[in-house]
Amino acid sequence: MIRILRFLEPYRGFVAIVLVLAALQSLANLYLPNLNADIIDNGVVKNDTDYILRVGGVMLLVTLGGAICAVGTAFFASRTAVGFGRIIRAQLFTHVEQFSLHEFDTVGTASLITRTTNDTNQVQQVLVIMLTLLVTAPMTLIGGIILAAREDVALSLVLIAAVPVLVISILVIMTKAIPLFRAMQMKLDKLNLVLDEGLTGVRVIRAFDRTAHEQHRFDVANLDVTDTAITVNRIVAALWPMMMLVLNVSTVAIVWFGSIRINNGDLQVGALSAFMIYALLILFSLLMLSFLFVMLPRATASAARINAVLDMRTEITDPAQPQRPGDLRGHVEFEDVTFSYPGAEEPAISHVSFSARPGQVTAIIGGTGAGKSTLVNLIPRFYDIDSGRVLVDGMDVREMTQQDLRAKIGLVPQTAVIFSGTVAENIRFGNEGASDEEVRHAADVAQATEFITEMGDGFNSTISQGGTNISGGQKQRLSIARALVRKPEVYIFDDSFSALDYATDARLRAALRRETTNATVLIVAQRVSTIIGADQILVLDEGRIVGSGTHQELMQSNDVYREIVLSQVTAEEIA
Amino acid sequence: MSAARPAQGAQGAQRPQGGPMGGGMGRGPMGMMGMPVQKAKNFRGTLFRLIGYFRPQALRLTVVFIAAILGSIFAIVGPKILGLAITKLFVGFVAKVQHVRGAAIDFDYIRNVLLILVGLYAISAIFTYVQQYVMAGVAQRTVYTMRRQIEDKLGRLPLKFYDSRTHGEIMSRAVNDMDNISNTLQQSLTQLITSVVTLVGVIVLMFTISWLLTLVVLTTVPLSLLVTTVIAKRSQRYFARQQRVLGELNGHVEEMLTGHRIVKAYGRESQSVEEFNRRNDRLYEAGWRAQFVSGMLFPLMNSIGNLGFVLVAVIGGIMVTQGTLPFGDVTAFIQYARQFSQPITQLASIANAIQLTIASAERVFELLDEPEELPDAANAVVIAEPHGAVQFDHVDFSYTPEAPLIEDMNIDAKPGQTVAIVGPTGAGKTTLVNLLMRFYELNGGAIRVDGVNITELRRGDLRRRFGMVLQDTWLFNGTIRENIAYGRENASEEEIVRAARAAQADHFIRTLPGGYDTVLNQEATNISQGQKQLLTIARAVLADPEVLILDEATSSVDTRTEILIQKAMTELMKGRTSFVIAHRLSTVRDADTILVMDHGHILEQGTHEELLAKGGFYADLYNSQFAARAREESAAIAP
Repeated sequence: MIRILRFLEPYRGFVAIVLVLAALQSLANLYLPNLNADIIDNGVVKNDTDYILRVGGVMLLVTLGGAICAVGTAFFASRTAVGFGRIIRAQLFTHVEQFSLHEFDTVGTASLITRTTNDTNQVQQVLVIMLTLLVTAPMTLIGGIILAAREDVALSLVLIAAVPVLVISILVIMTKAIPLFRAMQMKLDKLNLVLDEGLTGVRVIRAFDRTAHEQHRFDVANLDVTDTAITVNRIVAALWPMMMLVLNVSTVAIVWFGSIRINNGDLQVGALSAFMIYALLILFSLLMLSFLFVMLPRATASAARINAVLDMRTEITDPAQPQRPGDLRGHVEFEDVTFSYPGAEEPAISHVSFSARPGQVTAIIGGTGAGKSTLVNLIPRFYDIDSGRVLVDGMDVREMTQQDLRAKIGLVPQTAVIFSGTVAENIRFGNEGASDEEVRHAADVAQATEFITEMGDGFNSTISQGGTNISGGQKQRLSIARALVRKPEVYIFDDSFSALDYATDARLRAALRRETTNATVLIVAQRVSTIIGADQILVLDEGRIVGSGTHQELMQSNDVYREIVLSQVTAEEIA
Repeated sequence: MSAARPAQGAQGAQRPQGGPMGGGMGRGPMGMMGMPVQKAKNFRGTLFRLIGYFRPQALRLTVVFIAAILGSIFAIVGPKILGLAITKLFVGFVAKVQHVRGAAIDFDYIRNVLLILVGLYAISAIFTYVQQYVMAGVAQRTVYTMRRQIEDKLGRLPLKFYDSRTHGEIMSRAVNDMDNISNTLQQSLTQLITSVVTLVGVIVLMFTISWLLTLVVLTTVPLSLLVTTVIAKRSQRYFARQQRVLGELNGHVEEMLTGHRIVKAYGRESQSVEEFNRRNDRLYEAGWRAQFVSGMLFPLMNSIGNLGFVLVAVIGGIMVTQGTLPFGDVTAFIQYARQFSQPITQLASIANAIQLTIASAERVFELLDEPEELPDAANAVVIAEPHGAVQFDHVDFSYTPEAPLIEDMNIDAKPGQTVAIVGPTGAGKTTLVNLLMRFYELNGGAIRVDGVNITELRRGDLRRRFGMVLQDTWLFNGTIRENIAYGRENASEEEIVRAARAAQADHFIRTLPGGYDTVLNQEATNISQGQKQLLTIARAVLADPEVLILDEATSSVDTRTEILIQKAMTELMKGRTSFVIAHRLSTVRDADTILVMDHGHILEQGTHEELLAKGGFYADLYNSQFAARAREESAAIAP
């Protein structure tokens, strides 16, 4: 938590102002009982109405001043805390955008999202509360004790006795309650999980006639939550009456011992009344501070998660002196490439060599986990390899800037990623400068024009977040159009036709063939029919190339390939 | 909003009870004051219905009310009684100062008053504790009951309900809305009582001391109300804006990080950061205003409290000098004036919380009032000797009256026969399952299993006749053993393993680190799609149904697993009536009946030969697949 406060740096001035204003505010609150004591001792006791009115005027001014300080505190504190949140959020997001896929794999996308959104909010919220509500508490506490001691040291002993009693009772209750609160949260999560499973699997539950069973599971979880909730709320129930009792008994004690001291001439009546209010202010500021116990652990956990991300350095960086792209266009070459995912025992790609040339179609086929997607991910340098070289246009991908490298590549991933915005914006994602004509042409080739026109606003139709208003096949076609509009040197289709029906698939591939005559095309596929006409087929098995050649060559020479083909189509069907 | 929930622990701890000398805190720093409020459509009706839930606990609730009232009363008389002691002290002190003969402070009197006072405070504390303690049980048990009603209700709702709503929508009612209700029942209800009692009590007590000073203090009420309403209104507006902008920002983050690979591949990092910064700036503008306005409430109320304090100190002081008021009454008054503004703020925040809760309760009640599925037939038929004959007899069905889907459909599948469903989209599958399993009711005609209309069977008995092996396999968070055994209660270990072996799943299960005890995580991402399907086959083998609904594996499954699946399915289908969503031409050709479906409509029906001869949609489909393949072969085109 402390470390993350370094981002408050630009708000140093504001923080200082908040502290000063808060101090003045506490001072005003503490000064009022003091003035009141003066009214009693010098005015009421001596029957001096003028004095009462005069000091009363001062009190009004102090109240007004306190209010102004309070509004000022709120103003500067809000700007500081929310500004602090803005800084962390921006730092975090900018940092995360630099990450390579490896860092995403390590932390997890969902977790990165939570850290940028929820954790940042959490930290910001705590700072808001600290700066607006809690900042006066320590000052009031210390100031109150000093003022009380100044009025009468002996009587302050009552406060000194009350404070530990209060602190200990708060601590005892909280240490019992907080773990239970945590347990309750976990049990609630469990309950929600059971509920969620029941919703997701409603068909299966009913198909297997297990509704009663699920209801029993839910009931068990429900009872569990209820029991814990009752227990924890009963513990916390003691907190408030306990604190009030301590406060009230202290007040009674102050009056009693105060009376004795007044009788002995050690204390004024007015001072006693001031003392009672100090007691109230002090004990309440303690109460406020105890909230910190509840909030800080949570904020600290969030801050630690944020720091962990900020501390991560991306492994893939641009070279100090990058090579400029040369004249070669669309050459992809693997030279004895071996790559393992970090922490994995076995390499995912071992000793792979091949080259792909412009105008050629290179297909990669193999079972699940054979390393097909991994292999194509190495071309845009999503990961750095262990040994060997990946060359694009004759240059090692590590010697180019990522920007230059990726400008050459049009990637269509396995699961189509579509962003919220219009259809045209999504296609232009591939090439911001594309003209309307180019966008339309790309959509034509990708067989997307028909459904785009049906969408009502055509290319200006809006796609909702996650592309929930279009189908999987439509998403795939848009994602292909996005690659096409880029007019890249190298196309990578990573199993990108799986969600298309047969007729569309055939039309699309025919159109693509005309469009990509001068480009290098790499296709990852599960189905033989998709790649049957490729110039070069690489058969991948457990990260190794076990065969390469055309369909006909491989059918004759390669057992693995033949096995794959035969498993997919019965002999007569391919005849 | 994330800020509201984490404070659960804190809120419980922070709840000022309207006890004596309240410091003017609202519902704690996390108060709901500033949050935007959704309005209920039928406030009164929902409120009364919610109150109805307390009926079984009426006695406990009475205890809570009485304890709350007594606790507050005992607490608020404190300052007045303390005033008696202080007056005695002041009188004695002044007499001493003025050197009246024989003047002394009456310590006996003071001691007696103070002892009584300690007793009162102790009683008040006990009552407050009892009230909270009992309320914990009342509130949580009520929430328990409501949750159970929701779950029971979900068990009786027809599939139509689930299909027409998102999970998020249902979850939000069962989780978030119930959370709101739970928090309010636990906190706001007793606060409402104590605040009202305190407010009324303080005013009454102030009047018994001095009507003049009371009127002076009451002049601050309009000010409090003004500040509270003005701030609440503004802060609600700003919070709503902040919420909206935060949603936009989070949406961007979610999209960009989920699509990180694409952002990188297309080199769009800087544009993404730019857009983020724009939204982040907007969030800042909305956010600091929301925090500022809501942050002013507490200090301003405190200042208004101080204002009352000053007025009482001055006017009360003058009254004491004129001898119209005993001194102790002024100190009592000062305390009353200080705690006077608190219940007002608190009531405003409770009013908000209650509105929010009633809106939540209304949504929960809406769920509870959804029409349920038809109950099972009272004298349900039990099929003594099931064979697996399935008959569609002039079936009419549609999801919406405007779009008729199935009209006059007749299928006669004899025991052990195979019905293949083919079509470009495969959208007929869900409908078929929906009808066979009686997830939806027919509009006309009948479906018979072994000659019995399915409406005459208990739903559970009907569904046990069917085994589903679908691509969108549903496995739950549990061990592999539990998942297979889901097909039949009380299956023995041996039976489970035998089923797994028959489903070609035994081998891969044993290669997993935990074997049959391997826990599938929530999305079952720790095994592959194909392996999941093998598990559902094992589940179906164990359940041993007469009729199967199967989905043939498609491209998302790798070749070797696909072979296993095919083998296991062929084995499973032996001797059972099967409805197969077919992707393999061989399956289609060998089927006893082919249903050709498109967008849920049945276009054609018949055997392979019949349909080819007919020269319709099926013939086109079949020929286009071969023709395309042949063209491809000769031209060797790709991609």
